[in-house]
Amino acid sequence: MLIELRDICKTFGPVRANAGISLAVPPASVLGILGENGAGKSTLMKILSGFQPPDSGSIIIDGEAATIRSPADALARGIGMLHQDPLDFPPLRLIDDLILGSRGPLRPDRKKAAREFRELAVRFDFDLDHEAYVDSLTVGERQQLEILRLLWLGARALILDEPTTGISLPQKQKLFATIRLLADEGMTVLFVSHKLEDVESLCDRAVVLRQGALVGSSEPPFDTKRLVELMFGKEVPQTPRYKIPCGETVLAARGLCLESLRLQIKDLDLEVYAGEVVGLAGMEGSGQAIFLASCAGLERAVAGSVCLDETDMTSRSHHDFKREGVAYLPAARLEEGLVPGLSLEDHFILAEGKRGLFIDRREAEREAVSRIASYNIKGRPDSPVESLSGGNQQRALLALLRDKLSLILVEHPTRGLDIESTIYIWSKLKERCSQGTAIVFISSDLDEILQYSDRVLVFFAGRVSPPLSAEDLGVEELGRLIGGKGWERFEASATAETAEASHV
Amino acid sequence: MSVDILLLGLAGVLASAGPVIFAAIGEAISERAGVINLSMNGMILLSAMGGFAAALATGSVVAGFAAGAAIGGAVAAVVAFSSITLKQSQVAVGFVLTLLCRDLSYFLGNPIMGQPGPRISMAPIPLLEGIPVLGPLFFRQDAMTYLSFVLIAAAWLFIYRTRPGLVLRGVGEKPAAAYARGANVGGLRYLYTILGGAIAGLAGPMYSLSIKAGWKGTISGLDGIGWIALAITIFGGWSPIKVALGAYLFAFLQWLGLVLQSALPGVPSQVLQVAPFPLMILTLLFVNLGNAEWVSNALARLPEKPRRALARLLRAMNAKPPAALGTPFEKD
Repeated sequence: MLIELRDICKTFGPVRANAGISLAVPPASVLGILGENGAGKSTLMKILSGFQPPDSGSIIIDGEAATIRSPADALARGIGMLHQDPLDFPPLRLIDDLILGSRGPLRPDRKKAAREFRELAVRFDFDLDHEAYVDSLTVGERQQLEILRLLWLGARALILDEPTTGISLPQKQKLFATIRLLADEGMTVLFVSHKLEDVESLCDRAVVLRQGALVGSSEPPFDTKRLVELMFGKEVPQTPRYKIPCGETVLAARGLCLESLRLQIKDLDLEVYAGEVVGLAGMEGSGQAIFLASCAGLERAVAGSVCLDETDMTSRSHHDFKREGVAYLPAARLEEGLVPGLSLEDHFILAEGKRGLFIDRREAEREAVSRIASYNIKGRPDSPVESLSGGNQQRALLALLRDKLSLILVEHPTRGLDIESTIYIWSKLKERCSQGTAIVFISSDLDEILQYSDRVLVFFAGRVSPPLSAEDLGVEELGRLIGGKGWERFEASATAETAEASHV
Repeated sequence: MSVDILLLGLAGVLASAGPVIFAAIGEAISERAGVINLSMNGMILLSAMGGFAAALATGSVVAGFAAGAAIGGAVAAVVAFSSITLKQSQVAVGFVLTLLCRDLSYFLGNPIMGQPGPRISMAPIPLLEGIPVLGPLFFRQDAMTYLSFVLIAAAWLFIYRTRPGLVLRGVGEKPAAAYARGANVGGLRYLYTILGGAIAGLAGPMYSLSIKAGWKGTISGLDGIGWIALAITIFGGWSPIKVALGAYLFAFLQWLGLVLQSALPGVPSQVLQVAPFPLMILTLLFVNLGNAEWVSNALARLPEKPRRALARLLRAMNAKPPAALGTPFEKD
């Protein structure tokens, strides 16, 4: 399917989201669409997939002008979109999710659908049980389900919106293999991302959007420096690795055992020193999240202890942890970290926790203005938090942290953020480290783990590696560990240790 | 107590649960589409009064039930219009409507208060009524009670086994995803809210033309039934079969209260009258055990096989509300 976009324009109030974008995507190819957050990628894709009509401009499919009225209309023409948050139905079984929305007789033929689903799954080597519930799947598996569903409905063009966010390395490799296979079979693929390395390793051509306009295009071999310049209009410096001398033990987990419905962590030992950054790597749901929550007093340990500054904090409440200088930033910023409906100023007032019945609005506004300036948040004191972009929400969360902290626990500090915000967030976090705060963070971005951690803990199905030095660890080795390979060496040394211990 | 009297009592339980079943399944259909119709309590009173008035005027019970369904559908249409088109709070509109409908029924029902009127007759099914035990229980009832049996099965089949039923679940769960798959979210919400209202509207005439025949204004004893139906909708996890079980349990507990009253003269009668309510709450807690954190923690400690079986059982028992319940849908 040959897709041509001609002079697409779309304005939201004063914002020109798409300012005359023209683009042609030939069949059997993967086109990367790069751009930072707010560059207009999503708007363009929503227009192509029927979620929004363009103000002007035309869509031409295989040489014929097409008016796409709705997402279902787009799919009927063979254009399917995989959304960043899969548009599926968590409480349904996979087979019901597949059938929902498809046409056919009153009583759907489940057996036939299941057979066709299995055949498709086998073709792409996806391990999906059609009787399982959608909410038991990881984000990566839900993507696989959506891809299969779109193919089952006869999609001949696929739009993928930030598909590598929140999925593990092996899942990403599988996704890329699948995309490649589909493109080779004639599929037209549009791959929307702000991750350069993903676009570079997958796409046959890449175009860059900036402020609603198409500013350039490139073909392999890609010139990373030029793409970055196109995306940001300037060169973004990579922060150099600098080491902060480590201080005293801030957090100590000893013989920690944790359990959830799906997995068990046994005998986890870790000491985190002041000024240190520890990265927790692993596939989503491998145990890193419950470990992080247990360090914040949000998850109860089955056995073992958690100490802060040598005070035993095991089975104390989250409030006690906070009092000891621990801050916890959850992944779901808007759901767990911020209060939708309240303004930035309100958030700062809440975070201050000052006593007294009445709020000193003037003082509060002064405080808000100064924090907004020092954290470079794009927003005003009275902006409701949900109106901020992801990057600015994360900045706001950082700005909310108290001044003196001994430990910051962060889930996915830069998930969904562009490079500039990522670098900014980490510069602020590292600033904290230089003041003696330790940071423990979870990320599914391997480069982020290796770039910013001093030591790395790898989680795999509840197993935890000993702390590994980030400098000695390569991306490939880390990826293999996350995928559950190469764990023998830890066991060997562990057995040796136990043997030694029992000998003594 | 002889077996015959016991069977007669239980058959009465099946019949008296009928209106609650209509109301709760109607509400379940509406809520599955994402719209809470809180006007239920007042609407049942209004449809009881209206249904009785229509039957009185025409002499036909069928007209009475048709009027009840029409009233239920009309009240639901107000909820639908204000929540889907005007995007107002479903809860606020529902509360106001429930009070309005109740007082309207008392006011408009004044002229027909206490009048004798037609009532639906028993319609034993030949042959089937002769089956021991089952016959007297299930096949010596009136037409509406039979219809309540049919409704349970039909609603279950529709929601869980048909394509439009699947779309209905999708619309209440994640309207954006349903829209992306071609569903007309607003239109379907209108359809199912009004349909659910019409089904629930049959509950009123079932009282005024059968169980508590006639219209007696404020002493009809119908005030409160709608709230119970709303609770049973939640308790039944929005599934017609579980909703029906809840309605039967409630009717059974009420009957038990009456029976025990004579058997246990030492117990104040109020205790037995109120007992069904806390018992319903306890059952609700039990059914939703799986949602509690300590249960999942305790489960994690069990060995693999029993853990899986128990987890599956808990998952089947408990139910989460449709995720988009009560929230308007806007295409972005």
